[in-house]
Amino acid sequence: MLRLGEVLLVTLQGDLHDSTAQQLQEDLAETIVRSGATGVVIDVSGVEIVDSFLGRILAEIAGQTGLLAARTVLVGMRPAVAITLVELGLTLPGVHTALSTEVAMELLRQQAPSSRFGGLRQERL
Amino acid sequence: MHTAAGSQARLPIRSDMDLVWVRQHVRQAAAQLGFGLVDQTKLVTAASELARNTLVYGGGGTMETEPLVEGTTHGLRLTFSDDGPGIPDLEQALSDGFTSGDGLGMGLGGARRLVHEFGIESAPGSGTTVRVTSWVGRPPRPREES
Amino acid sequence: MPEEAEGTAAVPTREIRDFLRRRREQIAQRWSDEPVFRTVFTLSRDEAVEAGKAVVDALAQVADAARVEDPDAAGFTAVREQLARMGAARSRAGLSTAQVSSELAALRPPVENLLVSDLPEDATAEHVRACVTTLSVLMGTLRVVVMQTALSEGQALIDRQRLQLLEVATPVIKLWDGIVAVPLIGTLDSARSQVVMETLLESVVEQQARYAILDITGVPTVDSLVAQHLMKTVAAARLMGAECIVSGIRPAIAQTMVHLGLDLGTVVTRASLADALGYVLHQLGVGIVTPGTNGAVAR
Repeated sequence: MLRLGEVLLVTLQGDLHDSTAQQLQEDLAETIVRSGATGVVIDVSGVEIVDSFLGRILAEIAGQTGLLAARTVLVGMRPAVAITLVELGLTLPGVHTALSTEVAMELLRQQAPSSRFGGLRQERL
Repeated sequence: MHTAAGSQARLPIRSDMDLVWVRQHVRQAAAQLGFGLVDQTKLVTAASELARNTLVYGGGGTMETEPLVEGTTHGLRLTFSDDGPGIPDLEQALSDGFTSGDGLGMGLGGARRLVHEFGIESAPGSGTTVRVTSWVGRPPRPREES
Repeated sequence: MPEEAEGTAAVPTREIRDFLRRRREQIAQRWSDEPVFRTVFTLSRDEAVEAGKAVVDALAQVADAARVEDPDAAGFTAVREQLARMGAARSRAGLSTAQVSSELAALRPPVENLLVSDLPEDATAEHVRACVTTLSVLMGTLRVVVMQTALSEGQALIDRQRLQLLEVATPVIKLWDGIVAVPLIGTLDSARSQVVMETLLESVVEQQARYAILDITGVPTVDSLVAQHLMKTVAAARLMGAECIVSGIRPAIAQTMVHLGLDLGTVVTRASLADALGYVLHQLGVGIVTPGTNGAVAR
Protein backbone atom coordinates (compact mmCIF):
# COMPACT_ATOMS: atom_id res chain seq x y z
CA MET A 1 0.00 0.00 0.00
CA LEU A 2 1.43 3.31 -1.12
CA ARG A 3 0.19 6.75 -0.25
CA LEU A 4 0.21 9.49 -2.88
CA GLY A 5 -1.17 12.62 -1.32
CA GLU A 6 -4.79 11.91 -0.54
CA VAL A 7 -4.80 8.68 -2.47
CA LEU A 8 -3.93 5.14 -1.40
CA LEU A 9 -2.40 3.08 -4.16
CA VAL A 10 -2.75 -0.69 -3.82
CA THR A 11 -1.07 -3.03 -6.30
CA LEU A 12 -2.33 -6.60 -6.51
CA GLN A 13 -0.07 -9.21 -8.09
CA GLY A 14 -0.37 -12.79 -9.26
CA ASP A 15 -2.60 -15.36 -7.62
CA LEU A 16 -4.15 -14.14 -4.39
CA HIS A 17 -5.10 -16.38 -1.48
CA ASP A 18 -8.62 -15.91 -0.22
CA SER A 19 -7.20 -14.90 3.15
CA THR A 20 -4.82 -12.32 1.63
CA ALA A 21 -7.73 -10.66 -0.14
CA GLN A 22 -9.80 -10.59 3.04
CA GLN A 23 -6.85 -9.16 4.95
CA LEU A 24 -6.47 -6.41 2.36
CA GLN A 25 -10.13 -5.49 2.75
CA GLU A 26 -9.73 -5.08 6.51
CA ASP A 27 -6.43 -3.21 6.29
CA LEU A 28 -7.79 -0.80 3.71
CA ALA A 29 -10.75 0.21 5.84
CA GLU A 30 -8.45 0.83 8.78
CA THR A 31 -5.93 2.81 6.75
CA ILE A 32 -8.61 5.02 5.22
CA VAL A 33 -9.94 5.90 8.63
CA ARG A 34 -6.46 6.50 10.04
CA SER A 35 -5.11 8.50 7.09
CA GLY A 36 -8.20 10.35 5.97
CA ALA A 37 -7.54 9.35 2.37
CA THR A 38 -10.20 10.41 -0.12
CA GLY A 39 -9.36 7.96 -2.85
CA VAL A 40 -8.21 4.39 -3.32
CA VAL A 41 -6.62 3.15 -6.54
CA ILE A 42 -6.40 -0.62 -6.87
CA ASP A 43 -4.06 -1.71 -9.66
CA VAL A 44 -5.07 -5.18 -10.88
CA SER A 45 -2.96 -5.20 -14.05
CA GLY A 46 -0.83 -7.98 -12.57
CA VAL A 47 -3.80 -10.14 -11.65
CA GLU A 48 -4.39 -13.12 -13.92
CA ILE A 49 -7.71 -14.28 -12.58
CA VAL A 50 -10.58 -12.75 -10.63
CA ASP A 51 -13.17 -15.26 -9.52
CA SER A 52 -16.47 -14.50 -7.80
CA PHE A 53 -14.78 -14.46 -4.39
CA LEU A 54 -12.18 -11.84 -5.29
CA GLY A 55 -14.73 -10.02 -7.45
CA ARG A 56 -17.06 -9.71 -4.50
CA ILE A 57 -14.25 -8.50 -2.25
CA LEU A 58 -13.38 -5.77 -4.76
CA ALA A 59 -17.03 -4.71 -4.93
CA GLU A 60 -17.22 -4.68 -1.14
CA ILE A 61 -14.06 -2.57 -0.88
CA ALA A 62 -15.62 -0.02 -3.23
CA GLY A 63 -18.86 0.04 -1.22
CA GLN A 64 -17.02 0.24 2.06
CA THR A 65 -14.69 3.07 1.01
CA GLY A 66 -17.76 4.90 -0.28
CA LEU A 67 -19.19 4.76 3.23
CA LEU A 68 -15.92 6.19 4.50
CA ALA A 69 -16.25 9.11 2.09
CA ALA A 70 -13.53 7.86 -0.24
CA ARG A 71 -13.71 6.64 -3.82
CA THR A 72 -12.25 3.46 -5.25
CA VAL A 73 -10.96 3.15 -8.79
CA LEU A 74 -10.02 -0.23 -10.23
CA VAL A 75 -7.13 0.07 -12.67
CA GLY A 76 -5.69 -1.99 -15.50
CA MET A 77 -7.92 -5.03 -15.57
CA ARG A 78 -6.74 -7.40 -18.31
CA PRO A 79 -9.11 -8.14 -21.22
CA ALA A 80 -9.24 -11.86 -20.47
CA VAL A 81 -10.13 -11.17 -16.84
CA ALA A 82 -12.81 -8.64 -17.83
CA ILE A 83 -14.40 -11.03 -20.35
CA THR A 84 -14.45 -13.81 -17.76
CA LEU A 85 -15.99 -11.61 -15.07
CA VAL A 86 -18.76 -10.53 -17.44
CA GLU A 87 -19.40 -14.17 -18.32
CA LEU A 88 -19.59 -14.94 -14.60
CA GLY A 89 -22.20 -12.23 -14.28
CA LEU A 90 -20.03 -9.96 -12.12
CA THR A 91 -19.99 -6.55 -13.78
CA LEU A 92 -19.12 -4.61 -10.58
CA PRO A 93 -21.62 -1.84 -11.25
CA GLY A 94 -20.65 0.29 -8.24
CA VAL A 95 -16.93 0.30 -8.98
CA HIS A 96 -15.14 3.03 -10.93
CA THR A 97 -12.57 1.83 -13.44
CA ALA A 98 -9.67 3.31 -15.37
CA LEU A 99 -7.12 2.14 -17.93
CA SER A 100 -4.11 3.40 -16.04
CA THR A 101 -3.07 4.81 -12.69
CA GLU A 102 -2.59 8.25 -14.27
CA VAL A 103 -6.16 8.30 -15.55
CA ALA A 104 -7.41 7.09 -12.18
CA MET A 105 -5.56 9.86 -10.32
CA GLU A 106 -6.97 12.40 -12.74
CA LEU A 107 -10.46 10.99 -12.17
CA LEU A 108 -10.07 11.28 -8.40
CA ARG A 109 -8.59 14.77 -8.65
CA GLN A 110 -11.60 15.99 -10.65
CA GLN A 111 -13.98 14.64 -8.03
CA ALA A 112 -12.00 15.57 -4.96
CA PRO A 113 -12.81 18.57 -2.83
CA SER A 114 -10.62 21.33 -4.29
CA SER A 115 -7.51 22.38 -2.39
CA ARG A 116 -6.75 19.08 -0.70
CA PHE A 117 -4.91 17.83 -3.75
CA GLY A 118 -1.84 20.04 -3.57
CA GLY A 119 1.59 18.67 -4.45
CA LEU A 120 1.88 14.93 -4.46
CA ARG A 121 3.60 13.76 -1.35
CA GLN A 122 4.76 10.21 -1.42
CA GLU A 123 5.21 8.28 1.78
CA ARG A 124 5.20 4.64 2.71
CA LEU A 125 2.55 3.46 5.10
CA MET B 1 9.08 -32.80 -23.50
CA HIS B 2 5.53 -32.91 -22.24
CA THR B 3 2.83 -34.78 -24.04
CA ALA B 4 -0.85 -34.06 -23.52
CA ALA B 5 -0.98 -37.13 -21.33
CA GLY B 6 1.44 -35.42 -18.96
CA SER B 7 -1.23 -33.13 -17.58
CA GLN B 8 -3.40 -35.90 -16.17
CA ALA B 9 -3.37 -35.43 -12.43
CA ARG B 10 -5.30 -35.57 -9.19
CA LEU B 11 -5.02 -32.71 -6.70
CA PRO B 12 -6.32 -32.49 -3.15
CA ILE B 13 -8.64 -29.65 -2.16
CA ARG B 14 -8.25 -29.30 1.60
CA SER B 15 -7.39 -25.67 2.20
CA ASP B 16 -7.18 -22.14 0.92
CA MET B 17 -3.69 -22.87 -0.31
CA ASP B 18 -4.92 -25.81 -2.39
CA LEU B 19 -7.16 -23.44 -4.37
CA VAL B 20 -4.02 -21.66 -5.53
CA TRP B 21 -2.47 -24.98 -6.62
CA VAL B 22 -5.65 -25.94 -8.45
CA ARG B 23 -5.65 -22.66 -10.36
CA GLN B 24 -1.98 -22.93 -11.24
CA HIS B 25 -2.29 -26.53 -12.36
CA VAL B 26 -5.32 -25.86 -14.56
CA ARG B 27 -3.61 -22.82 -16.06
CA GLN B 28 -0.55 -24.86 -16.94
CA ALA B 29 -2.50 -27.81 -18.33
CA ALA B 30 -4.71 -25.51 -20.44
CA ALA B 31 -1.73 -23.57 -21.78
CA GLN B 32 0.02 -26.81 -22.68
CA LEU B 33 -3.01 -28.02 -24.63
CA GLY B 34 -3.03 -24.83 -26.65
CA PHE B 35 -5.96 -22.94 -25.09
CA GLY B 36 -5.93 -19.22 -25.89
CA LEU B 37 -5.45 -16.71 -23.10
CA VAL B 38 -9.15 -15.88 -22.70
CA ASP B 39 -10.18 -19.53 -22.68
CA GLN B 40 -7.41 -20.34 -20.19
CA THR B 41 -8.68 -17.60 -17.91
CA LYS B 42 -12.27 -18.82 -18.17
CA LEU B 43 -11.30 -22.39 -17.38
CA VAL B 44 -9.06 -21.39 -14.46
CA THR B 45 -11.83 -19.20 -13.07
CA ALA B 46 -14.38 -22.01 -13.41
CA ALA B 47 -11.94 -24.32 -11.60
CA SER B 48 -11.52 -21.78 -8.85
CA GLU B 49 -15.30 -21.49 -8.35
CA LEU B 50 -15.80 -25.26 -8.30
CA ALA B 51 -12.80 -25.95 -6.06
CA ARG B 52 -14.09 -23.40 -3.58
CA ASN B 53 -17.48 -25.12 -3.62
CA THR B 54 -15.77 -28.44 -2.98
CA LEU B 55 -13.88 -26.90 -0.07
CA VAL B 56 -16.65 -24.83 1.50
CA TYR B 57 -19.75 -26.95 0.90
CA GLY B 58 -18.26 -30.40 0.38
CA GLY B 59 -15.81 -30.19 3.26
CA GLY B 60 -12.88 -30.78 0.92
CA GLY B 61 -12.25 -33.30 -1.84
CA THR B 62 -10.20 -33.65 -5.00
CA MET B 63 -9.86 -32.32 -8.52
CA GLU B 64 -8.83 -34.57 -11.40
CA THR B 65 -7.62 -33.20 -14.73
CA GLU B 66 -7.79 -35.21 -17.90
CA PRO B 67 -6.70 -34.09 -21.35
CA LEU B 68 -8.99 -35.20 -24.18
CA VAL B 69 -8.70 -35.52 -27.93
CA GLU B 70 -11.68 -35.55 -30.25
CA GLY B 71 -10.59 -35.76 -33.87
CA THR B 72 -8.01 -33.00 -34.05
CA THR B 73 -9.44 -30.94 -31.21
CA HIS B 74 -7.88 -30.97 -27.78
CA GLY B 75 -9.89 -30.55 -24.64
CA LEU B 76 -9.48 -30.53 -20.89
CA ARG B 77 -11.84 -32.19 -18.45
CA LEU B 78 -11.89 -31.29 -14.76
CA THR B 79 -13.67 -33.43 -12.21
CA PHE B 80 -14.35 -32.15 -8.69
CA SER B 81 -15.50 -34.69 -6.13
CA ASP B 82 -16.31 -34.51 -2.45
CA ASP B 83 -17.98 -36.73 0.12
CA GLY B 84 -19.87 -33.86 1.67
CA PRO B 85 -23.56 -33.58 2.49
CA GLY B 86 -24.58 -33.34 -1.18
CA ILE B 87 -27.02 -30.91 -2.76
CA PRO B 88 -30.71 -31.56 -2.09
CA ASP B 89 -32.10 -29.38 -4.87
CA LEU B 90 -29.81 -29.31 -7.89
CA GLU B 91 -32.08 -27.22 -10.02
CA GLN B 92 -32.19 -24.50 -7.44
CA ALA B 93 -28.45 -24.63 -6.91
CA LEU B 94 -27.87 -24.10 -10.62
CA SER B 95 -30.51 -21.44 -11.24
CA ASP B 96 -28.69 -18.48 -9.80
CA GLY B 97 -30.13 -15.95 -12.19
CA PHE B 98 -27.61 -13.34 -13.10
CA THR B 99 -27.10 -11.14 -10.12
CA SER B 100 -28.09 -13.14 -7.05
CA GLY B 101 -24.85 -12.62 -5.31
CA ASP B 102 -23.85 -15.34 -3.02
CA GLY B 103 -23.46 -18.86 -1.92
CA LEU B 104 -23.50 -22.05 -3.84
CA GLY B 105 -25.58 -20.75 -6.70
CA MET B 106 -23.01 -18.28 -7.93
CA GLY B 107 -20.23 -20.83 -7.95
CA LEU B 108 -22.09 -23.48 -9.91
CA GLY B 109 -24.07 -21.29 -12.29
CA GLY B 110 -21.08 -19.03 -12.90
CA ALA B 111 -18.75 -21.92 -13.59
CA ARG B 112 -21.28 -23.44 -15.98
CA ARG B 113 -21.23 -20.29 -18.12
CA LEU B 114 -17.45 -20.46 -18.43
CA VAL B 115 -17.14 -23.97 -19.90
CA HIS B 116 -18.45 -25.91 -22.88
CA GLU B 117 -19.81 -28.94 -21.04
CA PHE B 118 -21.08 -29.16 -17.49
CA GLY B 119 -22.34 -32.16 -15.55
CA ILE B 120 -23.21 -32.62 -11.92
CA GLU B 121 -24.15 -35.62 -9.79
CA SER B 122 -25.26 -35.15 -6.25
CA ALA B 123 -27.70 -36.44 -3.73
CA PRO B 124 -28.16 -35.75 -0.04
CA GLY B 125 -25.63 -37.80 1.90
CA SER B 126 -23.68 -39.11 -1.06
CA GLY B 127 -21.38 -36.24 -1.93
CA THR B 128 -21.12 -34.16 -5.09
CA THR B 129 -19.26 -34.67 -8.35
CA VAL B 130 -19.00 -31.85 -10.87
CA ARG B 131 -17.47 -32.53 -14.28
CA VAL B 132 -16.64 -29.71 -16.70
CA THR B 133 -14.99 -29.83 -20.13
CA SER B 134 -13.71 -27.15 -22.50
CA TRP B 135 -12.29 -27.49 -26.00
CA VAL B 136 -9.49 -25.52 -27.64
CA GLY B 137 -10.66 -23.00 -30.22
CA ARG B 138 -14.37 -23.68 -29.82
CA PRO B 139 -16.55 -20.57 -29.47
CA PRO B 140 -18.39 -20.15 -26.17
CA ARG B 141 -21.82 -21.69 -25.82
CA PRO B 142 -24.58 -19.16 -26.19
CA ARG B 143 -26.27 -18.53 -22.90
CA GLU B 144 -29.58 -20.36 -22.52
CA GLU B 145 -31.34 -17.59 -20.68
CA SER B 146 -31.39 -14.16 -22.28
CA MET C 1 14.80 -47.24 -18.74
CA PRO C 2 12.53 -50.25 -18.18
CA GLU C 3 13.87 -53.27 -16.36
CA GLU C 4 15.23 -56.06 -18.50
CA ALA C 5 12.08 -57.76 -19.67
CA GLU C 6 11.62 -61.42 -19.05
CA GLY C 7 10.32 -63.96 -21.54
CA THR C 8 11.05 -64.20 -25.21
CA ALA C 9 8.39 -61.72 -26.32
CA ALA C 10 10.43 -58.71 -25.27
CA VAL C 11 13.76 -59.90 -26.57
CA PRO C 12 13.31 -58.86 -30.22
CA THR C 13 12.41 -55.30 -29.21
CA ARG C 14 15.63 -55.10 -27.22
CA GLU C 15 17.57 -56.55 -30.09
CA ILE C 16 16.03 -53.94 -32.42
CA ARG C 17 16.74 -51.17 -29.95
CA ASP C 18 20.41 -52.11 -29.75
CA PHE C 19 20.64 -52.54 -33.49
CA LEU C 20 19.13 -49.07 -34.12
CA ARG C 21 21.50 -47.43 -31.67
CA ARG C 22 24.51 -49.24 -33.08
CA ARG C 23 23.66 -48.54 -36.74
CA ARG C 24 22.27 -45.06 -36.27
CA GLU C 25 24.79 -43.41 -38.58
CA GLN C 26 24.52 -45.97 -41.39
CA ILE C 27 20.72 -46.00 -41.38
CA ALA C 28 20.53 -42.20 -41.46
CA GLN C 29 23.06 -42.16 -44.33
CA ARG C 30 20.98 -44.59 -46.36
CA TRP C 31 17.73 -42.77 -45.64
CA SER C 32 19.14 -39.42 -46.67
CA ASP C 33 19.05 -40.61 -50.29
CA GLU C 34 15.38 -41.58 -50.11
CA PRO C 35 13.00 -39.01 -51.64
CA VAL C 36 11.08 -38.42 -48.42
CA PHE C 37 14.28 -37.11 -46.77
CA ARG C 38 16.20 -35.85 -49.78
CA THR C 39 13.45 -33.60 -51.13
CA VAL C 40 12.42 -32.16 -47.77
CA PHE C 41 15.81 -31.41 -46.22
CA THR C 42 17.32 -29.65 -49.19
CA LEU C 43 19.87 -27.47 -47.42
CA SER C 44 22.56 -30.15 -47.49
CA ARG C 45 22.97 -33.86 -47.30
CA ASP C 46 24.08 -33.42 -43.69
CA GLU C 47 20.73 -31.86 -42.85
CA ALA C 48 18.95 -34.91 -44.21
CA VAL C 49 21.30 -37.22 -42.30
CA GLU C 50 20.66 -35.33 -39.06
CA ALA C 51 16.91 -35.57 -39.62
CA GLY C 52 17.34 -39.29 -40.24
CA LYS C 53 19.26 -39.72 -37.01
CA ALA C 54 16.50 -38.03 -35.06
CA VAL C 55 13.99 -40.52 -36.49
CA VAL C 56 16.29 -43.49 -35.71
CA ASP C 57 16.64 -42.24 -32.12
CA ALA C 58 12.87 -42.01 -31.79
CA LEU C 59 12.42 -45.53 -33.13
CA ALA C 60 15.05 -46.85 -30.71
CA GLN C 61 13.22 -45.20 -27.82
CA VAL C 62 9.91 -46.72 -28.92
CA ALA C 63 11.53 -50.16 -29.20
CA ASP C 64 13.11 -49.66 -25.80
CA ALA C 65 9.65 -49.07 -24.31
CA ALA C 66 8.43 -52.21 -26.15
CA ARG C 67 5.65 -50.23 -27.79
CA VAL C 68 6.43 -50.90 -31.45
CA GLU C 69 2.75 -51.12 -32.34
CA ASP C 70 1.74 -47.89 -30.63
CA PRO C 71 1.59 -44.70 -32.75
CA ASP C 72 1.05 -42.74 -29.50
CA ALA C 73 4.28 -44.03 -27.93
CA ALA C 74 6.15 -41.29 -26.10
CA GLY C 75 9.25 -41.94 -28.21
CA PHE C 76 7.61 -40.34 -31.24
CA THR C 77 6.94 -37.07 -29.45
CA ALA C 78 10.32 -35.53 -30.16
CA VAL C 79 10.11 -36.09 -33.92
CA ARG C 80 6.38 -35.59 -34.45
CA GLU C 81 6.87 -32.06 -35.74
CA GLN C 82 9.64 -33.12 -38.10
CA LEU C 83 7.56 -36.04 -39.38
CA ALA C 84 4.60 -33.73 -39.94
CA ARG C 85 6.84 -31.42 -41.93
CA MET C 86 8.02 -34.32 -44.07
CA GLY C 87 4.50 -35.56 -44.76
CA ALA C 88 3.17 -32.08 -45.44
CA ALA C 89 6.05 -31.22 -47.79
CA ARG C 90 5.45 -34.32 -49.88
CA SER C 91 1.70 -33.66 -50.11
CA ARG C 92 2.41 -30.10 -51.14
CA ALA C 93 4.71 -31.43 -53.85
CA GLY C 94 1.59 -32.94 -55.35
CA LEU C 95 1.92 -36.54 -54.16
CA SER C 96 -1.22 -38.47 -53.33
CA THR C 97 -1.64 -40.00 -49.90
CA ALA C 98 -0.90 -43.42 -51.38
CA GLN C 99 2.32 -42.12 -52.95
CA VAL C 100 3.50 -40.56 -49.69
CA SER C 101 2.72 -43.81 -47.95
CA SER C 102 4.79 -45.82 -50.44
CA GLU C 103 7.71 -43.40 -50.12
CA LEU C 104 7.64 -44.05 -46.41
CA ALA C 105 7.43 -47.78 -47.01
CA ALA C 106 10.65 -47.47 -48.99
CA LEU C 107 12.48 -46.60 -45.77
CA ARG C 108 12.11 -50.15 -44.50
CA PRO C 109 14.19 -52.34 -46.91
CA PRO C 110 17.56 -50.63 -46.31
CA VAL C 111 17.15 -51.02 -42.56
CA GLU C 112 15.94 -54.58 -42.89
CA ASN C 113 18.95 -55.56 -44.99
CA LEU C 114 21.29 -54.08 -42.42
CA LEU C 115 19.50 -55.93 -39.65
CA VAL C 116 19.68 -59.30 -41.33
CA SER C 117 23.39 -58.94 -42.02
CA ASP C 118 23.91 -57.83 -38.41
CA LEU C 119 22.21 -60.73 -36.67
CA PRO C 120 24.65 -63.32 -35.33
CA GLU C 121 25.21 -66.30 -37.61
CA ASP C 122 24.10 -68.77 -34.99
CA ALA C 123 20.76 -67.03 -34.48
CA THR C 124 17.80 -69.36 -34.85
CA ALA C 125 15.49 -68.91 -37.82
CA GLU C 126 12.75 -68.18 -35.34
CA HIS C 127 14.74 -65.37 -33.73
CA VAL C 128 15.61 -63.84 -37.09
CA ARG C 129 11.98 -63.92 -38.12
CA ALA C 130 10.89 -62.38 -34.82
CA CYS C 131 13.39 -59.54 -35.16
CA VAL C 132 12.47 -58.82 -38.77
CA THR C 133 8.79 -58.84 -37.87
CA THR C 134 9.36 -56.47 -34.98
CA LEU C 135 11.24 -54.09 -37.25
CA SER C 136 8.48 -54.27 -39.87
CA VAL C 137 5.86 -53.49 -37.29
CA LEU C 138 7.90 -50.60 -35.97
CA MET C 139 8.39 -49.15 -39.47
CA GLY C 140 4.68 -49.60 -40.14
CA THR C 141 3.89 -47.65 -36.99
CA LEU C 142 6.24 -44.88 -38.13
CA ARG C 143 4.22 -44.68 -41.34
CA VAL C 144 1.00 -44.39 -39.39
CA VAL C 145 2.48 -41.61 -37.27
CA VAL C 146 3.53 -39.59 -40.33
CA MET C 147 0.15 -39.99 -42.03
CA GLN C 148 -1.70 -39.16 -38.82
CA THR C 149 0.33 -36.03 -38.13
CA ALA C 150 0.02 -34.88 -41.72
CA LEU C 151 -3.76 -35.22 -41.53
CA SER C 152 -4.09 -33.37 -38.24
CA GLU C 153 -1.66 -30.71 -39.49
CA GLY C 154 -4.03 -30.17 -42.40
CA GLN C 155 -6.97 -29.76 -40.05
CA ALA C 156 -5.01 -27.43 -37.80
CA LEU C 157 -4.06 -25.35 -40.83
CA ILE C 158 -7.73 -25.01 -41.79
CA ASP C 159 -8.62 -24.00 -38.22
CA ARG C 160 -5.82 -21.43 -38.13
CA GLN C 161 -6.85 -19.96 -41.46
CA ARG C 162 -10.47 -19.74 -40.36
CA LEU C 163 -9.39 -17.81 -37.30
CA GLN C 164 -7.09 -15.56 -39.32
CA LEU C 165 -9.97 -14.82 -41.66
CA LEU C 166 -12.08 -13.77 -38.68
CA GLU C 167 -9.32 -11.50 -37.48
CA VAL C 168 -8.81 -9.96 -40.89
CA ALA C 169 -12.56 -9.28 -41.00
CA THR C 170 -12.30 -7.38 -37.72
CA PRO C 171 -10.10 -4.35 -38.26
CA VAL C 172 -9.65 -1.99 -35.35
CA ILE C 173 -9.20 1.59 -36.45
CA LYS C 174 -7.69 4.35 -34.36
CA LEU C 175 -9.91 7.39 -34.94
CA TRP C 176 -8.23 9.79 -32.57
CA ASP C 177 -5.89 9.72 -29.63
CA GLY C 178 -7.72 7.51 -27.17
CA ILE C 179 -10.52 6.50 -29.54
CA VAL C 180 -10.71 3.18 -31.41
CA ALA C 181 -13.50 1.87 -33.62
CA VAL C 182 -14.48 -1.48 -35.11
CA PRO C 183 -16.75 -1.32 -38.15
CA LEU C 184 -18.55 -4.66 -38.22
CA ILE C 185 -19.66 -6.06 -41.55
CA GLY C 186 -21.56 -9.29 -41.96
CA THR C 187 -23.23 -11.73 -39.65
CA LEU C 188 -22.16 -11.92 -36.02
CA ASP C 189 -22.12 -15.49 -34.79
CA SER C 190 -20.63 -16.74 -31.53
CA ALA C 191 -17.15 -17.35 -32.91
CA ARG C 192 -17.00 -13.98 -34.62
CA SER C 193 -18.40 -12.13 -31.62
CA GLN C 194 -15.70 -13.66 -29.44
CA VAL C 195 -12.97 -12.51 -31.84
CA VAL C 196 -14.52 -9.03 -32.07
CA MET C 197 -14.65 -8.72 -28.29
CA GLU C 198 -11.07 -9.89 -27.79
CA THR C 199 -9.67 -7.77 -30.63
CA LEU C 200 -11.45 -4.65 -29.45
CA LEU C 201 -10.40 -5.07 -25.82
CA GLU C 202 -6.80 -5.81 -26.78
CA SER C 203 -6.66 -2.63 -28.81
CA VAL C 204 -8.15 -0.68 -25.91
CA VAL C 205 -5.10 -1.72 -23.87
CA GLU C 206 -2.62 -1.17 -26.69
CA GLN C 207 -3.91 2.27 -27.60
CA GLN C 208 -4.88 3.18 -24.04
CA ALA C 209 -8.19 4.10 -25.60
CA ARG C 210 -10.77 5.47 -23.18
CA TYR C 211 -13.43 5.18 -25.84
CA ALA C 212 -14.26 2.34 -28.21
CA ILE C 213 -16.93 2.50 -30.90
CA LEU C 214 -18.61 -0.64 -32.20
CA ASP C 215 -20.24 0.24 -35.48
CA ILE C 216 -22.87 -2.26 -36.59
CA THR C 217 -24.04 -0.47 -39.75
CA GLY C 218 -22.94 -3.48 -41.79
CA VAL C 219 -24.59 -6.10 -39.60
CA PRO C 220 -27.74 -7.35 -41.36
CA THR C 221 -29.71 -8.51 -38.33
CA VAL C 222 -29.54 -8.07 -34.60
CA ASP C 223 -31.16 -10.89 -32.67
CA SER C 224 -31.04 -11.55 -28.95
CA LEU C 225 -27.72 -13.36 -29.28
CA VAL C 226 -26.04 -10.44 -31.02
CA ALA C 227 -27.54 -7.99 -28.52
CA GLN C 228 -26.16 -10.15 -25.72
CA HIS C 229 -22.68 -10.08 -27.28
CA LEU C 230 -22.81 -6.31 -27.64
CA MET C 231 -23.80 -5.90 -24.00
CA LYS C 232 -21.03 -8.25 -22.87
CA THR C 233 -18.43 -6.31 -24.87
CA VAL C 234 -19.61 -3.03 -23.42
CA ALA C 235 -19.55 -4.46 -19.87
CA ALA C 236 -16.05 -5.92 -20.30
CA ALA C 237 -14.73 -2.64 -21.73
CA ARG C 238 -16.16 -0.79 -18.75
CA LEU C 239 -14.42 -3.14 -16.32
CA MET C 240 -11.16 -2.23 -18.01
CA GLY C 241 -11.86 1.47 -17.73
CA ALA C 242 -13.08 2.22 -21.24
CA GLU C 243 -16.47 3.34 -22.50
CA CYS C 244 -17.89 1.44 -25.45
CA ILE C 245 -20.43 3.10 -27.74
CA VAL C 246 -22.59 1.16 -30.19
CA SER C 247 -23.28 3.04 -33.42
CA GLY C 248 -25.03 2.35 -36.69
CA ILE C 249 -28.29 0.95 -35.40
CA ARG C 250 -30.38 1.41 -38.55
CA PRO C 251 -34.09 2.19 -38.16
CA ALA C 252 -35.06 -1.31 -39.32
CA ILE C 253 -32.81 -2.87 -36.70
CA ALA C 254 -34.04 -0.54 -34.00
CA GLN C 255 -37.56 -1.67 -34.87
CA THR C 256 -36.71 -5.37 -34.69
CA MET C 257 -35.02 -4.83 -31.38
CA VAL C 258 -38.08 -3.16 -29.95
CA HIS C 259 -40.22 -6.00 -31.34
CA LEU C 260 -38.00 -8.61 -29.74
CA GLY C 261 -38.03 -6.69 -26.50
CA LEU C 262 -34.26 -6.29 -26.66
CA ASP C 263 -32.91 -3.61 -24.46
CA LEU C 264 -29.32 -2.46 -24.70
CA GLY C 265 -29.77 -1.13 -21.20
CA THR C 266 -27.37 1.58 -20.22
CA VAL C 267 -25.28 1.22 -23.37
CA VAL C 268 -24.65 4.51 -25.13
CA THR C 269 -25.90 4.24 -28.71
CA ARG C 270 -25.66 6.62 -31.67
CA ALA C 271 -27.27 6.48 -35.10
CA SER C 272 -24.04 6.73 -37.07
CA LEU C 273 -20.31 6.36 -36.61
CA ALA C 274 -19.97 10.11 -37.18
CA ASP C 275 -22.45 10.84 -34.38
CA ALA C 276 -20.58 8.47 -32.10
CA LEU C 277 -17.26 10.15 -32.88
CA GLY C 278 -18.85 13.55 -32.22
CA TYR C 279 -20.15 12.36 -28.88
CA VAL C 280 -16.78 10.96 -27.83
CA LEU C 281 -14.81 14.03 -28.92
CA HIS C 282 -17.19 16.12 -26.91
CA GLN C 283 -16.62 13.87 -23.89
CA LEU C 284 -12.87 14.28 -24.34
CA GLY C 285 -13.34 18.03 -24.52
CA VAL C 286 -12.13 18.23 -28.10
CA GLY C 287 -13.98 20.71 -30.27
CA ILE C 288 -14.15 20.75 -34.03
CA VAL C 289 -14.09 24.16 -35.55
CA THR C 290 -14.89 24.79 -39.20
CA PRO C 291 -12.35 27.28 -40.52
CA GLY C 292 -13.83 30.60 -41.55
CA THR C 293 -16.99 30.36 -39.52
CA ASN C 294 -16.26 30.75 -35.90
CA GLY C 295 -17.35 28.09 -33.56
CA ALA C 296 -19.34 25.05 -34.83
CA VAL C 297 -18.46 22.66 -32.06
CA ALA C 298 -19.10 18.97 -32.35
CA ARG C 299 -21.63 17.56 -30.03
